[in-house]
Amino acid sequence: MALAWPTWRAVRVWQRNLAVFRKYSLPSLLGPSIGEPLLYLLGLGFGLGTLVGTVRGQRYVEFVAPGMVMSSAMFAAAYECTYGAYVRMMHQRTYEAIITTPLSLEDVVAGDVLWGASKGTFNGTVMLTVVSLFGLAHSPWTLALPVILALLSLLFASLSLVVAALARSFEFFNYYLTLVITPMFLFCGVFFPVESLPRWAQMMAKFLPLTYAVEASRALMQGRPSFDVLLPLLWIVPPLLAAFLLAARLVRRRLIH
Amino acid sequence: MSQPAVTASRLTKRFGDLVAVDEIDFELEVGECFGFLGPNGAGKTTTVRMIHAVTPITAGDLVVLGLRVDREPAAIKRRLGVVPQEENLDPDLTPWENLLVFARYFDIPRVEARRRAAEFLEFVGLTPRAGSPLDELSGGMKRRLLIARALLNQPELLVLDEPTTGLDPQARHLVWQRLRTLKAQGVTQVLTTHYMEEAARLCDRVALMHAGRILRQGRPADLVRAEIGEDVIEIRGDEALHRAALALVDGRTLGREQTGDTLYLYCADGRALLPTLSGLRPPHLLHRPAGLEDLFLKVAGHSLQE
Repeated sequence: MALAWPTWRAVRVWQRNLAVFRKYSLPSLLGPSIGEPLLYLLGLGFGLGTLVGTVRGQRYVEFVAPGMVMSSAMFAAAYECTYGAYVRMMHQRTYEAIITTPLSLEDVVAGDVLWGASKGTFNGTVMLTVVSLFGLAHSPWTLALPVILALLSLLFASLSLVVAALARSFEFFNYYLTLVITPMFLFCGVFFPVESLPRWAQMMAKFLPLTYAVEASRALMQGRPSFDVLLPLLWIVPPLLAAFLLAARLVRRRLIH
Repeated sequence: MSQPAVTASRLTKRFGDLVAVDEIDFELEVGECFGFLGPNGAGKTTTVRMIHAVTPITAGDLVVLGLRVDREPAAIKRRLGVVPQEENLDPDLTPWENLLVFARYFDIPRVEARRRAAEFLEFVGLTPRAGSPLDELSGGMKRRLLIARALLNQPELLVLDEPTTGLDPQARHLVWQRLRTLKAQGVTQVLTTHYMEEAARLCDRVALMHAGRILRQGRPADLVRAEIGEDVIEIRGDEALHRAALALVDGRTLGREQTGDTLYLYCADGRALLPTLSGLRPPHLLHRPAGLEDLFLKVAGHSLQE
């Protein structure tokens, strides 16, 4: 069956998810996606930071802050489009219900990706606000970070939906979160500069999209925007499109018989 | 005569090597209730899923409300209501919220959506439950809510996939009553069921499906009269008893069927044969009007015995 492009109707799915989210917003907000990075920031930034001193001339807590903002978006998008999307797709049959209306399955997939990306962007922005309140942002360029958050969240929402479309059970997500998401969190320059990794690991990090988001947001928060750090963000776009198309195809193969 | 609601010709669906629906032809008239009847795996659900433009057709033609399902699925779905076999309501939302969220998929403006949600909740008798958590609703209530949801876009055709499977008798009667009311209001309906009684009560016409094919189609009463007769006598007992009974009524029946320990005799007037047969003193002897179940046993019976 040929793949159709999603339409503006995807917004209806986004609205549906918002309606459900609004009933349960508080626990999701305080949940792992914001709470965890915040704890890391406090524990590592202020705790470990006293031992580390400065990194690249920055206080350690300032060095870690942009990575925490970015990774909170990554985690939020990933959780939403694995567990959340899987429940809607397989347990609640929400996808099946919606495709009996004028919406196509591609609309539903796009709506869920938009939703996951919105949650990522929102969580990242909340983190950014917290970080700014701690006085860790030093430039008006910080206000540009939500754009990077949106791009990054779209990528991880699409990628996670691919995983959800392949998953046979919740356990499957452990592999993804442990083998894909956690390594990004650890090796993409969130906690230490990528240059301090061995050469081969630096090469690997260049293939991980979070690396570019962290570098760019760090430069912006310090008020040092440059094409050298911003242009590489475009590397996020091809995997994002590929992941979205793959997700749409896999969901179709799974649900449409 | 007006354009048919659905026209299928040589409609086929294959899943790999399995032929789920095998070159079937049927036509639904506007305003009628049409039933696909048959055991699990007969192809009923696949057929209606093709009608509501979710399952792609493999071959043949399928035109719904004047539109081809393979060309204009969104335009068709806008004008259909679907009651799925497996409940797929939003468990986190109340019945009221479920309807409002669903109305948005059809671009129904908010004020109108509220009006319709209230109207259809009332129609299915769920107004007092409008704000209840969904898990406090019984299976029957959820099924009625699904019907209300399917009515939101004021569909020209209502598609119901096993609308009462798994419901207790009271809940089933409530659903039947609502569906008959809708039919009286002129809503064309197509449903699947494996309950012959349900088909007989609701459907103007039925298609008996088995192994992807339509074995018979027509008005239930006409089909039964033409192939079975008016009456059925059931005799339960051993092989010898069956043979003795057959010998006694030889030439006075229209047909017979035997499944396991039960012999079914089809006849124009069963009452006339009863005195003769009761002389055999069978452990179980029943005289009843013929129904769709007898017809189904007759046309699909032999392959059902596996």
